[in-house]
Amino acid sequence: MLSKVSSALRGIGHRLIDRVWRFGSGARFFVYTLIYSGESFRRLHLTIREIYFTGVMSLIIILVSAFFVGMVLALQGYNTLQKYGSSDAIGVLVALSLVRELGPVVTALLFAGRAGTAITAEIGLMKATEQLSAMEMMAVSPIARVVAPRFWAGVISMPLLAAMFSMVGVLGGYLVAVPLIGVDNGAFWSQMQANVDWRVDVVNGVIKSFVFGVACTMIALFEGFDAPPTAEGVSRATTRTVVNSSLAVLGLDFIMTSFMIGA
Amino acid sequence: MERTTIDLWVGIFAAAGAAAIFGLAMKVGNLTSGTLGETYSVSAAFENIGGLKPRAPVKSAGVVVGRISSIQFDNKTYEAVVTISVDKRYSFPKDTFANIYTAGLLGEQYIGLEAGGDDEALKNGDKITHTQDAVVLEKMISQFLYNKASDSEDKK
Amino acid sequence: MSDNIVEIDNLSFGYKGRLLHKGINMSFARGKVIAIMGGSGSGKTTLLRLIGGQLKPTHGKVLVDGEVVHKQNRHGLYLLRRKMGMLFQFGALFTDLSVYENVAFPIREHTDLPESIVRDLVMMKLNAVGLRGARNLMPTELSGGMARRVALARAIALDPAIIMYDEPFTGLDPISMSVTCNLIRSLNDALGATSILVTHDVKEAFSIADYVYIVANGVVETEGTPDDLRKSELPFVHQFVHGEVDGPVPFHYAAPDYKKDMLRGHDAE
Repeated sequence: MLSKVSSALRGIGHRLIDRVWRFGSGARFFVYTLIYSGESFRRLHLTIREIYFTGVMSLIIILVSAFFVGMVLALQGYNTLQKYGSSDAIGVLVALSLVRELGPVVTALLFAGRAGTAITAEIGLMKATEQLSAMEMMAVSPIARVVAPRFWAGVISMPLLAAMFSMVGVLGGYLVAVPLIGVDNGAFWSQMQANVDWRVDVVNGVIKSFVFGVACTMIALFEGFDAPPTAEGVSRATTRTVVNSSLAVLGLDFIMTSFMIGA
Repeated sequence: MERTTIDLWVGIFAAAGAAAIFGLAMKVGNLTSGTLGETYSVSAAFENIGGLKPRAPVKSAGVVVGRISSIQFDNKTYEAVVTISVDKRYSFPKDTFANIYTAGLLGEQYIGLEAGGDDEALKNGDKITHTQDAVVLEKMISQFLYNKASDSEDKK
Repeated sequence: MSDNIVEIDNLSFGYKGRLLHKGINMSFARGKVIAIMGGSGSGKTTLLRLIGGQLKPTHGKVLVDGEVVHKQNRHGLYLLRRKMGMLFQFGALFTDLSVYENVAFPIREHTDLPESIVRDLVMMKLNAVGLRGARNLMPTELSGGMARRVALARAIALDPAIIMYDEPFTGLDPISMSVTCNLIRSLNDALGATSILVTHDVKEAFSIADYVYIVANGVVETEGTPDDLRKSELPFVHQFVHGEVDGPVPFHYAAPDYKKDMLRGHDAE
């Protein structure tokens, strides 16, 4: 009995130490990435290529999701708002929920699933097939050549994707609210503009998506770089990328929102 | 894939992203209507500002003419000092009234300016002397009840 | 300048207290092809990584061109590695780049040469391995032997002084095997480089190597020219060179007595 308790405690302790250790090596990896970032700007085509693979390739899923999210928001919002006789405020509801929350958060979650997993799998496989070692032996730092361009591509792509998500979502909401339900066109836009603040809402949304970009890309890169060089290791790392990115995004969202509303 | 094709797509992507941010600012947000041009600031002291918040609108005759830039507490007079930025295009006489109103019964609070008749106009850094406090609902209700009570006392 | 381009001096290396190498001494003369041989799991590949500075020795040191590898900072290490070319076991080609771009990679990374010169260099290297015609293929379209040759072209792109081969013969058909074999020898002589060959293929290694080290149990079991070793009377060397099942290398991994092991329950673990 006692031995079972002690082995359970040992298990917890081991996992805790393991987590802390991984977090530490993740932080060190992040610092190295920043230090070796010069290359990704001096040779911009490396970063541009990665923006193509992370940003442009994610466009379709992001835009289609945004369109549907906007339409659903308008339908649901209208349903509730008309009970209080304020269906004119539908534009505000759609725009605020998109710009403040759904735009950055849903984009980040989709990004983790679409681009994050691709990054992890690619880097994990590069490691498993000794491509990273080969680079090291050619006196080329894999962090400068492989990691940093992908990092900056993710960080640049995410706010752009989130802004497009919000914009397309608002258009989707508009299509449902104005032509379909028959809310007044003028009221839709003017109420929206009167209540969505450029600084507090739009800029904060961009800040959020920037932070999510850093977090999601970094997690994807680290998991790939840290993956055991086997098929199982890479597949586990890919799963961890999705789980950890999603948790990080939701947690960071709560923290940032509480600061932004408090301020 | 050819590098030029990639460049083209990334260019389109970046332009579309920038356009989306711009669109959010202009079409969805209030960057056009909400930001004022050049402003001058004047202050006004209130005994009670109720639920007035920084960045709340300042209206005159229902038109937004400025915004509240800051709210401070004056420890000497025990009053709230509200600084407001008014758009340079509008000028108000020195004896303008500043009242705190509520939009609707439970809406947000804003400052309403009612022009007086003075020849001199308010300048940057001036102080509006004629102010009226926010209506505090609880106060009104208790006053109403008190009056009712005293009315019935009188009748006896 | 010493005659030996690489020297391994009393080198020990291990993970978590279990030593893989226990005091290894080797020296690699300039211009030679040297084979390091040994059974699977005897830490041959690890030796290459120690020479390349990807691992740090527990004791002792590796000298490359007179400099201690593990004492270098990152910059110094990268300078040393510019003198080395390494061929990985399965080529380790960059899968997102074409054959041409793979060979051009080290040239582009380390020089600012104009595109026309890069092209000439890449063509020369690809021609040397006989794959000039395959320059527009992607690595996934190559056979194992071809991939190995492209990787070799990439390893020699900057004319290194030391070329390291990690198991260059594994998984090759007999023709590719002898092609690779001849390439190693001819490239070494053409470039005036030193080749370090890690392998367990006795026939091929003996046919091209000038000098052979045989490692076992973490030490250098024996060394000498291929002819010396063929004649060697040491039981281990004899077993290894002639590939006999029976000999000083036991068939069983170290284990407790079979009978005792079977009789006790698993909770005694």
